[in-house]
Amino acid sequence: MSAVDIRTEEAPRHAPQPSYLQNGHTIKSWLLTGDHKRIAILYLISTGFFFFLGSIAAGAIRWQLTSPRGELMTLEVYNKMFSAHGVIMVFMFLVPTIPAVLGNFLVPIMIGARDLAFPRLNLASWYMYMVGGVLILVAMAMGGVDTGWTFYTPYSSIYSSSQVSLTLVGAFIVGFSSIFTGLNFIVTIHKMRAPGMTWDRLPLYIWSHYATSIIIILATPVVAITLLCVVLERAFRIGIFSPELGGDPVLFQHLFWFYSHPAVYIMVLPGMGIISELMSAFSRKPVFGYKFIAGSSLAIAAIGFLVWGHHMFVSSQSMYQGLVFSLLSFVVAVPSAIKVFNWTATMWKGSVRLQTPMIYALCFMGLFVVGGLTGLYLSTLATDVHLTATYFVVAHFHYVMVGGTILAYLGGLHFWWPKMTGRMYPDSWGKLSAIIIFVGFNLTFFPQFILGFLGMPRRYATYALAPQFQFYHILSTAGATVLGIGFLIPLFYLSWSLKHGPKAGKNPWGAKGLEWTVDSPPITTNFYETPIVDRPVYDYDPEEEERQFQIELDAEREMREKLAATRGGQD
Amino acid sequence: MATEAAHGHDQQWLVHHQYEDYEQQSESYIVGMWAFLVTEIMFFGALFLAYVLYRWQYQPEFYLIHKDLDWVMGGINTTVLLFSSLAVALAVRCAMLQDRKGVLGWLTVTQLCAAGFLVIKYFEWSHKYHKGVWLGEGFKWGEGVTKYAQDVSANTAQLFYSLYYCMTGLHGFHVVIGIIVIGILMRMWFKNNPLVTKDYVPTELVGLYWHFVDLVWIFLYPLFYLMPR
Ligand code: HEM
Ligand SMILES: [Cu+2]
Repeated sequence: MSAVDIRTEEAPRHAPQPSYLQNGHTIKSWLLTGDHKRIAILYLISTGFFFFLGSIAAGAIRWQLTSPRGELMTLEVYNKMFSAHGVIMVFMFLVPTIPAVLGNFLVPIMIGARDLAFPRLNLASWYMYMVGGVLILVAMAMGGVDTGWTFYTPYSSIYSSSQVSLTLVGAFIVGFSSIFTGLNFIVTIHKMRAPGMTWDRLPLYIWSHYATSIIIILATPVVAITLLCVVLERAFRIGIFSPELGGDPVLFQHLFWFYSHPAVYIMVLPGMGIISELMSAFSRKPVFGYKFIAGSSLAIAAIGFLVWGHHMFVSSQSMYQGLVFSLLSFVVAVPSAIKVFNWTATMWKGSVRLQTPMIYALCFMGLFVVGGLTGLYLSTLATDVHLTATYFVVAHFHYVMVGGTILAYLGGLHFWWPKMTGRMYPDSWGKLSAIIIFVGFNLTFFPQFILGFLGMPRRYATYALAPQFQFYHILSTAGATVLGIGFLIPLFYLSWSLKHGPKAGKNPWGAKGLEWTVDSPPITTNFYETPIVDRPVYDYDPEEEERQFQIELDAEREMREKLAATRGGQD
Repeated sequence: MATEAAHGHDQQWLVHHQYEDYEQQSESYIVGMWAFLVTEIMFFGALFLAYVLYRWQYQPEFYLIHKDLDWVMGGINTTVLLFSSLAVALAVRCAMLQDRKGVLGWLTVTQLCAAGFLVIKYFEWSHKYHKGVWLGEGFKWGEGVTKYAQDVSANTAQLFYSLYYCMTGLHGFHVVIGIIVIGILMRMWFKNNPLVTKDYVPTELVGLYWHFVDLVWIFLYPLFYLMPR
């Protein structure tokens, strides 16, 4: 892709500079950094922390549900627990994590820039995130919220006596951190591309971050003002959502989902970008249908704004509105399907390598397909009336958000970890964790489809009247335990690799892309000199790669045979 | 933080390390500002949507209530803001010509207009406050309110005023931010800071923001003060 052949590590033409990790060791040099890579690391740690908190809440929920009468908490505490889980996972983890960690780290490098367009805005984004996060945590320490992550009025605006206002102010501020990131990406992708990095040479990862950023800057302000109106309603009795004054509480739902449906694509589009990169790199083949995948990202961004009403089929919206939203929801599934087909076709006749990131990508494919297809059940008016507000919805969105976003994130993290840290982790442990997560995930959430179909409502703390559900709940809790273990394993071997992992070198995977031409870990300005791009993107030759691969495999087999022979001789 | 590779451009020293050259930096700033204004439009947009819905639903009542607003005061404020936009536009032009005195003069005019706007707003709001037309439990509707408006139920009036205070309040907040930002800009010009005197882009960005603030009011004024029957 670049002028330099990335396979041969030629002698550097420049005096080496310290990597971004070595360039300054004080705490201040981290907390006041403008370097997109350091900010990415700050985000990596902080989003990881919130993911941990959110997971603990999830564990508590699952524990509660192992028995029909509820094992652990009072009803009120249970409400606060699932609200905490939702608020933390959505606002503090799923929305920011891929753009702010992997996006921050990679967007400038992949387009050949030294940094994002606005480094200080980038740092401000992290501080906003932290301030908002701390407010949300303070609200939890003061008693928490019991509204769920959706904050529906009039419960949130009039009746709930929990810490709604503080939590909303926190979410409002976190929204700005997200807006700052989106704004930065848009300007960077438009204006900072290296010479020769034309739009049709942009990695699909960049395209999906671009689409995500557009959604972020269009949708986030709307939810921000909406949440603010709820706070104002609690503080000053303004009436915009207040039925007492003739306001419409359902308007809140419209405005909320006008953000939150596009927000599900804020969560999953960057993940899809990662999968495009992984599929191509580990099939050693140009992505099949580059233009279609790039275009489908934009199509998702556009159509995603027109389907919010599918969350409101039973909320008093008119039948005709429901009809149109149902139809459009079917339409929005098309670009997602295009992506899945194209990824599959990318593997066809590729030289597929089953290394850890690829295993994660394959797991993503399986889970995302289930999540996406069940979305269609929910978009169908008649079935949704039965399934809405049941565990079927819970299972659906966990398949797309955990199976989609989080698996893609882990795949991406494993792919670029050597770039970020300069070290390799043990591949076999990586594969093991991916498989444990896949199994644990399905065990947790597949039973929830059945539960929901049978009628188990979401957000209930007990099911004493339907003890026959216990079997599925116990399966689900057992699965959650496996899943939790699966998430912990990478924590250990990745930390281990920081000190003890073998050095990665510039391009441990033999992948294409500008990020694999720079040092691992990169220097502060990423490039010694601005790269000039003179090749198409994903410039792989799968047949040649496959020949090489076979030669390597043969050599390895020979080695093993020889080894066995010498051992045999010793016996 | 200039890059080593000076291309002989006299503005190269202004360029931050992440940019190649002055053009790239300026264009990035301007694209960034426009993207920011898009977020602002969406931010106000949600409130405009709420306005449209309730106006649709309560048009007759809203019409009667709006007579309680002082369209003359609002009109003066509109004129003041329009004039301030003109002043900012002239300031930007002076910045392009590196005419320091001109910039400072026109920005002072802008600031005076902005302050005048807020003073008038203050009188409007405090007048309402004294009548009890204020958000919260104690919202009073009846005495002191224009004749026709009295016939409307206090609840609908409070809904109207919720929109009014939210939208003009949010706008007023943007005016205050504008005053602060223009203040900082003036200070930089006053101190002959080359970041602004040698580069018109920062002044242009502030100008864009100010035009946006002005534009929002151009919509708010007729929507609240000049409702047709
Ligand atoms: C393939 C296209 C998709 C379609 C057609 C679809 C459809 C739906 C529908 C109709 C609902 C509402 C169910 C109800 O409440 O009755 C829903 C809920 C949900 N979906 Fe999807 N979905 C799709 C993809 C996704 C993706 C990619 C994500 C996230 C990454 C996602 C996240 C969610 C969430 C979080 C909810 C539940 C929100 C709540 O009520 O708390 N969906 N989906
Ligand atoms: Cu949706």
